[in-house]
This record gives sequence, C-alpha cells and structure tokens, in this order.
Amino acid sequence: MVENRGNENFCPDLIEILNGVPHGIALVDQDLRIIMMNRFLEALTGYSGEEVRGIYCDHVLRTGFGRNVQVFRQSLDSGVACSIEGDILGLNREKIPMRFTATPVVERTGGRQALVLVLEDIADCQKTGGKKEAGTAKGLLGHSPKMQEIFELLPVLAHTDSSVLITGETGTGKDILAEAVHLASRRSKYPFIKVNCGALPESLLESELFGHVRGAFTGAHADKHGMFQLAQGGTIFLTEIGDLPLPLQVKLLTVLDDREFFPLGSQKKVRVDVRLITGTHRDLKQLVEVGRFREDLFFRLNVLRVHLPPLRERDGDVRLLIDYFLQMFAASFKKNVKKLSSRALRLLGGYRYPGNVRELRNIIEYGVNICRGEVIDIEHLPPYVLADAGTPPRTAAEAVAPGSPLSGGPDEELPDNAVSWSSIEKRKILTALMQTGGSRTGAAKALGWGRTTLWRKMREYDLG
Amino acid sequence: MKILATLQNNDIAPRFDLATEILIASIVRGKISGEPRTVLLPGPGSDALCSLIIKEEVSLVICGGIEESHFQYLVWKKIEVIDRVIGPAPRAIELAIAKQLRPGGIVRTESTRSARL
Repeated sequence: MVENRGNENFCPDLIEILNGVPHGIALVDQDLRIIMMNRFLEALTGYSGEEVRGIYCDHVLRTGFGRNVQVFRQSLDSGVACSIEGDILGLNREKIPMRFTATPVVERTGGRQALVLVLEDIADCQKTGGKKEAGTAKGLLGHSPKMQEIFELLPVLAHTDSSVLITGETGTGKDILAEAVHLASRRSKYPFIKVNCGALPESLLESELFGHVRGAFTGAHADKHGMFQLAQGGTIFLTEIGDLPLPLQVKLLTVLDDREFFPLGSQKKVRVDVRLITGTHRDLKQLVEVGRFREDLFFRLNVLRVHLPPLRERDGDVRLLIDYFLQMFAASFKKNVKKLSSRALRLLGGYRYPGNVRELRNIIEYGVNICRGEVIDIEHLPPYVLADAGTPPRTAAEAVAPGSPLSGGPDEELPDNAVSWSSIEKRKILTALMQTGGSRTGAAKALGWGRTTLWRKMREYDLG
Repeated sequence: MKILATLQNNDIAPRFDLATEILIASIVRGKISGEPRTVLLPGPGSDALCSLIIKEEVSLVICGGIEESHFQYLVWKKIEVIDRVIGPAPRAIELAIAKQLRPGGIVRTESTRSARL
C-alpha cells in the first residue's frame, strides 16, 4: 500500500467540511442556540451563520416545532441521536418538508455538550412516496396468493416499531423481507444490521451484539461498539434467533424492555433506539416447550409474525423466479442465454426445492454458467436435480402447471422475442385494460388477480 | 395606523402560521399611543390571522416566516409586511416606526447580545 504521509496533518476548518455537505447543518448549544451553520443552511434561511450566532435555532430555521423541541432536548439529555420529520419556511417563503436529524456531541476538552442538526430536504421523497414504497419490495418476487398477503402486510410492518418475527424454511427470503421492512420504514436512513445468532459461540456473540470495553477479556485491546450500538436509530435483524444461547436470551429481553444494556465489562449503561426484527427456520414454540427458548422472550418477539411460504407452496412463482434469475445471471456473466428448454422447465416445475428460492437461484446460476448456447437444457442443470427427476411432481407447487394464468402449456417455451417476464406481464396488463375499456376491476378479474395486485403491478410498471 | 407583530413570549414568533399571540400597537404621529395590546388567538392559523389583520385595519405586519400566498394576500390588501424578523417584538415595532426595520432583520437588545457565545 502506498501511503501519503503528507496528508497526516491535513486538518481543514470544520465549517469548510460542513460547507461541502449538500444538506443544511447547524451546531446548536444546550439551550438550542445556534453556534454555527453551514453555507447550505445559510442559503436556506437567508441568514449568515455569524449574524445568528447565539439565537434560538427555531427562530432561525423557522421550524414548526416551537422553542421547546422536546425531541431535541431528549436527544441532548439521553445522548442518543434522533430523527424527526417536519418543515421549515425557507427564504422564498416556501414551506419545505425536512427530516431533522439531531446528534449530540460532547466537546473533547471542556466537556460542553452540543447538538448537530442535519436538515434534509424530503420534498422529493414525499412526492415520490408511492414509488419508493414499490421499490422497497425489490428482491421479493412473487404473485402467488401467499406472497400477495406478504406484500400487503409489508406497509403495515413498516409503519410500526413493534418487533417482527419472520419464520420460514431456509432460503425463503427472511433476510430480504427484513431489509424490505427496514427500507420501507422511517428508520431507512439509518443502518440495517444483520447478525446471525447461530454463527458465533456464546462469548463472541455477546461481544458482537452488545460490544465490550477495553480489558473486558483477554484480547479486548480496545473498546468495541456492539451491533446494537451500530444500528442506532435503525433496525437490527437477528437471524437464526432460535440458536441464541439462553444466557443471551435474558440480556436480549432486558434490552427489549429497557432499551439499554451494559456492554461487556462496562459499568456504564448504553441507551439504544433500535427496532428489532428476528428470523428463524425453527419452531420457536416447540423450543419453548423443550426449554431451549425462553417463553417470555418468545412472547416479546412474537408481536408481529410473518411466515414466508416455502417455494413448493407458492403457486406459479417458480416460472417467474426462473425468468428473473435467468435475466440476472445472463446479464451478470455476460452470457447469451435466453431461455430454458421445455424439458428443463418441466423438470424444474416438478422439483421439490428443499432449499427454496436460494436453491432455485443456485440452479439457474449453475445452468447459465454451464450452458454455452442460448437455451438451457436439462444437461445444463445440476446433476442432483436430474437425480430427483424420478420423484413425482409436487402438487401445490405446480409452478408451470398447464392452464395456470401465469404459465404456458407444458411444451411452451418462453417466446423468442420475450425480453423479460416483466415485459410479458406488462403487456398482459395493458391488453386486459384495453379489453375492459380501462376498467381496473374488470382487468384484475380477467387476469385472475385482486384489485390490489393489479394496482401494485401497475405502479411497478409505471402504468398508473 | 396600527402595527401588528406576531408573538412568541416577548419575541417575534418564528412562524406566522403557528403564532398564537399577537401584539397590536397604535401609532399616532410617529409614536406608540397608549399601551400596546396583546391578543391571545384561539389557535394558530394563517387564514384566521389574516382576517384579524384586515378586521383590525392593521397597516404594517411584523412577523417571522410567512408563506408566499399569505404574504401576497396581505400585500394585495395594501398591508405592508416585514417578514423574517428575529428579536423582541417591542423593539422591532420601535425600529419599524423609525423606518429602520428591514425584512430578515435581526433585532438585538443588550440581553440578546450578551447571550451570544
């Protein structure tokens, strides 16, 4: 590594750094009076930082909060950053929706406390609010009734801070759903931290989750923040929660109840504002019965429960996912693979997918890698899929079942001119709308979908 | 003539639409006549405040931030508006009478000066 030691002493003025940030930033004292503000905020308010120094920030920013901005004061008192949405009246007498993020800071020498206020213009976000919501489900695909229920539940899960427990077999997309909930929530600007509770031994996991101070144990050479602290303001996703050791279950319960904890070896409590989402492929109720999971923690986690269905129960989704992964890997590997042969489609339609979507993804990735032509045939599929071919096709997961509204006949291949499944689907929606004279109810009925599904898809394809 | 200032404690309220208190001063021959009147409004709201301003036959409004539509409405009603003013309302009224108050003006008193860091 080539080091440039000439940069070591480079230390520009703080205000110069803040001037480079395209958001309004103000530093305010304990009484919420302005200490300094950056150029962006000067332009927004029409005052220079120097002339408003010492003036209450609500007078300068013209926020709708009033002088006693409780949330900012709480942030100063607790030392925990917070975020709140509101508006300001700008220089042009225009009301601008803003997200205010307040982060307490303490002066290194002197110990004086202050608050950094970051004002982020969210006018565009609000205008495109609907589109943003559609995008948050990115990565979650499916139009089976069971997946539709999940999609309809997603905004409900996002608009609350309650704990969510996501259950489902391995490979069903628990992580993706957790992230989608986070991205659709008001915490989306903050970190989404994922911790696998089954991946680390108990001692390491405690340090990983709650952090430690220097000297807490052999090898703890420096203070280390835990994942709960790193996720401050955001969401922590504890996957494989069923594997969490019992002693840590007690500590997690305390964190959930009190929102504070002691890092390993520390005598100082740390307060956190984090939303918890947990995931597991295990039956927690059964673990409670055999004494491997605390019942009180189970009830605490099981506030909002979502069960992700296995792929074999998602009617018609296999074909959609095949197309999606085919497009993705072909583009990623710069291969000219365009479709799967009817034989390969039939084989994949009858496969049981114990590894669910993850397994299907791996199968398609394998096929795209192995295939040298344009069509993936059965010889391009992993041998274990072929070995399973003798097994009779599952019933519920007749993903490419003949007659299904979203699949072709058994021998039908994807049309040569098909750019993607989404383009086919878009065309189907347009056709249905044209046939029903623009009636959404009629079109939804013709497509065999609910009105909500049609509405969501129209938004997804910008047909609104 | 009458001057109206939006109030928050003793200062000009930062927002016209959120002001719940106003100070009305009658000016006779360039001086404040009598004691300025403080009026507690039933609640915040730009429309109600504009109506009150018209009803009271106010000639000059001193306020903090005001939305463009309400600013234009008052101007159309031939009412002068000095907005984005920060500082104590009584002093702002004095400066306005002396024609020394401008939009965006920061009115400082000795106490506010000493409060500066």
